[in-house]
Amino acid sequence: MFVINCPYCGERDQQEFKAGGEAHIERPKQPTELSDDEWAEYLFMRKNIKGVQYERWNHAHGCRKWFNMVRDTSNDEIKAIYKMGEKPPSI
Amino acid sequence: MSESLRVKSSQYIDETTRVSFKFNGTTYYGFKGDTLASALLANNVHLVGRSFKYHRPRGIMTSGSEEPNAIVQINPNTNRTEPNVRATEVEIYEGMEASSQNCWPSVNFDIGGINNFLSPLFPAGFYYKTFMWPASFWEKYEYFIRHSAGLGKSPTSKDPDIYDHRNIHCDVLVVGAGISGILAAKNAAKNNYKTLLLDEKNELGGSTIYENNESNKIDNKISSEWLKKEIEELKNIKNLEIKTRTSVAAYHQYNYLLARENLTDHLEKKDKSNKIRQRLFKIRSKKVILATGALERPMVFNNNDRPGIMLSSAIKKYSDFYGVACGSKIVFFTNNDSAYESALSLNDKGIKVEAVVDIRKQSETNLEKRVIDAGIKIYWEHAVVDTSGYKRLNNVSIMKLSNDGTSVTGNKISISCDCLGVAGGWTPAVHLYTQSGSKLAFDEDKKIFIPNKNNSDQISVGSCCGDFKLDEILKNLNEKLKDFLEITKTDFENITVNNDQEISKRNIWLLPSDKALGKTKPFVDYQNDATAKDIKLALREGFRSIEHVKRYTTTGMGTDQGKLGNMHALGIIADTAGVKMGELGTTTFRPPYTPLTFGTIVGRNVGKFFDIFRRTPMNDWHVEQKAEFENVGQWKRAWYYPINGETMHQAVQRESKAARESSGILDASTLGKIDIQGSDASEFLNRVYTNAWSKLGIGKCRYGLMLNEDGMVYDDGVTTRLGENHYLMTTTTGGAANVLGKLEDYLQTEWPELDVYLTSVTDQFATASLCGPNSKKILKKIIPDLDLSDENFPHMSFKEAKIGSVVCRIMRISFTGEQSFEINVQASYGKDLWEKCIEAGKEFNITPYGTETMHLLRAEKGFIIVGQDTDGTMTPIDLQMDWIVSKKKYDFIGKRSLYRSDTMREDRKQLVGLLTDDPKVVLEEGAQIVSELNKNPVEMLGHVTSSYFSPNLNKSIALAVVRGGKDMMGKKLFIPMEDKTINVTVSNPVFFDETNERLNA
Repeated sequence: MFVINCPYCGERDQQEFKAGGEAHIERPKQPTELSDDEWAEYLFMRKNIKGVQYERWNHAHGCRKWFNMVRDTSNDEIKAIYKMGEKPPSI
Repeated sequence: MSESLRVKSSQYIDETTRVSFKFNGTTYYGFKGDTLASALLANNVHLVGRSFKYHRPRGIMTSGSEEPNAIVQINPNTNRTEPNVRATEVEIYEGMEASSQNCWPSVNFDIGGINNFLSPLFPAGFYYKTFMWPASFWEKYEYFIRHSAGLGKSPTSKDPDIYDHRNIHCDVLVVGAGISGILAAKNAAKNNYKTLLLDEKNELGGSTIYENNESNKIDNKISSEWLKKEIEELKNIKNLEIKTRTSVAAYHQYNYLLARENLTDHLEKKDKSNKIRQRLFKIRSKKVILATGALERPMVFNNNDRPGIMLSSAIKKYSDFYGVACGSKIVFFTNNDSAYESALSLNDKGIKVEAVVDIRKQSETNLEKRVIDAGIKIYWEHAVVDTSGYKRLNNVSIMKLSNDGTSVTGNKISISCDCLGVAGGWTPAVHLYTQSGSKLAFDEDKKIFIPNKNNSDQISVGSCCGDFKLDEILKNLNEKLKDFLEITKTDFENITVNNDQEISKRNIWLLPSDKALGKTKPFVDYQNDATAKDIKLALREGFRSIEHVKRYTTTGMGTDQGKLGNMHALGIIADTAGVKMGELGTTTFRPPYTPLTFGTIVGRNVGKFFDIFRRTPMNDWHVEQKAEFENVGQWKRAWYYPINGETMHQAVQRESKAARESSGILDASTLGKIDIQGSDASEFLNRVYTNAWSKLGIGKCRYGLMLNEDGMVYDDGVTTRLGENHYLMTTTTGGAANVLGKLEDYLQTEWPELDVYLTSVTDQFATASLCGPNSKKILKKIIPDLDLSDENFPHMSFKEAKIGSVVCRIMRISFTGEQSFEINVQASYGKDLWEKCIEAGKEFNITPYGTETMHLLRAEKGFIIVGQDTDGTMTPIDLQMDWIVSKKKYDFIGKRSLYRSDTMREDRKQLVGLLTDDPKVVLEEGAQIVSELNKNPVEMLGHVTSSYFSPNLNKSIALAVVRGGKDMMGKKLFIPMEDKTINVTVSNPVFFDETNERLNA
């Protein structure tokens, strides 16, 4: 159980949050112009890294805001948390 | 029974309070403060149980939670019974009963004991290898195997006890209240850290508290005396909470720990009731200090498991702490100095120590000199090669070890004894440390795994980090605490410590015998009867990974999780395979450290608190009408309303007919309702639904279908335009929370530029849905001044009105294909609204109907139910709902996926209707559909999703998904059932009123 520092509410227990998968996968602006392969790349392909991973989280039982987290999946260390739309920190 | 084996008064045992208890039906006496184990030993009872596989007689080995053998059933055949309780942990109380497990008919005469003599037939993997063939026989084998195996019996009636949970936030958590833990907690609390100190025992002080070795001194006091003073001082420290009888079960990341406090297990029956039995602490601590101590290891030699063979440290604790002699002629077998401390301590109390057998070459420390001075014979470089005594040890045989330690030589010496104390060295208790995600390193010199890389803000202190001598423990503790607590000095900075030093070490994981290994029984895991032979067999059969060897031999898989034997298993694997122990790694230590009761885990969340549920404002009315309910998501929904003893089928047939012939009423309050506002609300709906929304007029309603980005149907419902920038969306009952979450996700992350605000209003409105040809007349009676003409209030439109002074929103939309009105009022008026409708509808035989009738009416019309007729693999095209997918819109969620090669396949499963050749036969939902019966294997084309007997059509109808079903109209298919095959014909999924004339009837 992590302690997550919600950028809007502060430190809360993990059970208030919902994980939302890999971050920084932007929905294509013109999906109809993509080939099947390009669309599949957006739709299905995720990195699932062992190590430092950028991911989306939602404070579902709190402010309901989405934000980004950098987490080392090998030891669950949270390296950074930043708001949606902000540039990812390089780690 | 006499208590002849009490050797001295103990300050930890209340000898003024005699306690009677029963073990295997016999009454014994002990004293307040005894564990079951110490009380049994005081009564000279060593035989406590039988082993798991060979049913060998077993006794008490240890004095703590690591006990593998002495596990018992407490209070058998009562509703408070508990299996697998360690006799070494449980405290006795007046009237307690306990019994042996895993033996029949009794622990003294156990029929399963024959397995011991057949043991050559039961090597590792025996069950896997033997009961594989023929495969179909497994079910028959299983019955017998399950009956002859198993540890203890679970209670069969309701648990009468109360359990509790408590959240704790602290600055410093100290686990273990031995000398290190006490000093750590004291210094943390004194330096303004809010501190919690936990220990699994009922007394503080660990093993130091009963220390009596004259040469272990702190500030010239015997260490136990010094520690007692420290413990006394704890009482006056603020910021410090101490919990005894509290065992930490799990250590998760981010310093989140679970601990079980035992509150009533040691109390008499009359004092147990109406009290909380066990409490689960959920602890979030900023810093954690692990002072979990070390566990003494036994040694692996032939027949090392007989009753009377115990850990050397346990024999010492029973004598020094409980005042109990474990035997009258005791031999110690050791590879280190700690057995000498035990021998001296016993000797001082007048308990006869026959000999010390030591595998080391001569060692000349002060301790050993004192043992020799006491007249105790020491056999250097000797090993125990065999033991005898079936139910109680009576003899050990020893032989001289060869120089390399791989064989024994010379004559066999036989020593008569009734107790053997084994001291195989100390293993740091790193279980919690590794659970936290921290990593161990192997210390080649000490042959132990020690903490290495911490994963959270924590330290390990004392013997759990590999410091075993008092002086090094206290010196290292002092330095570590200053660093960890960021303080300049501790309160034990300047103490002087004296203790014996150990100078000689020798370790042999599997001791040699004069017999071939195959003829011996050197146990590694006592509880699961895994021997060194089994481990070697696993290696011969090709297992290499420690995790695989563990599973194949079951080493370390008992309720004790191999606390005693895992290191030997690793050592034997390393020696046999010729690799270094450090490279093998360890198996994973998983929570809980000691078993937890289910009661502790669930706490108060039992019975009606097990799961939350939601009820509509009309619920009381449904209950009064004796409706049957079904669970839909968290909601309790009225399922059907039986009258005069109707069956469900009869009630549903009646309700369905009434709804179409006159009028029905449905409680639709559970549907999800989302209020959508903002200048971009129309654009937002365009993007989330498959159809177009921009041209929907104010006051109009439209059905929408929502997809996932993969093109599969996700949810559906009617959305009403309440104003220029204001919509009310309805969702399915079960999907409401997820739909809101999904919409918020897109708004916040993909389209933050849209000016849209979402509010869940599901709970704010109660909804009654009136349907049927007389619904308009009923509504007219309730709201006389509202113009209900088709011109003013057509199908798919909305009006705001008042019932008395209560504002209501009315949508003329239809679930059922009948003319219908959905009336929404503020939730608190829900029941009033419902009762008004019922009253007004009396003359039209208004019939309340539940979810089952709703499903039937929808199936008649071929309206899909998301989640019943769809399963996350159906596109709107598969559902034959092409009409709702806008061709003009540039984009919406899931649009691109509708043009993927896979979603455009002609042979996808598609929604069709099915009519049975015999109109009376109703198909089973989920039944498989085939086109050919004689093929093997038969090809499954799809399955039935909804199926009913339609009273309005007087025939059986069904919806189904069938591969390529769109082009099968009129085709004959088959539904093979267990006892018959049902013939069906593919039809249009709309069975009733195909032209929708009834909406305006």
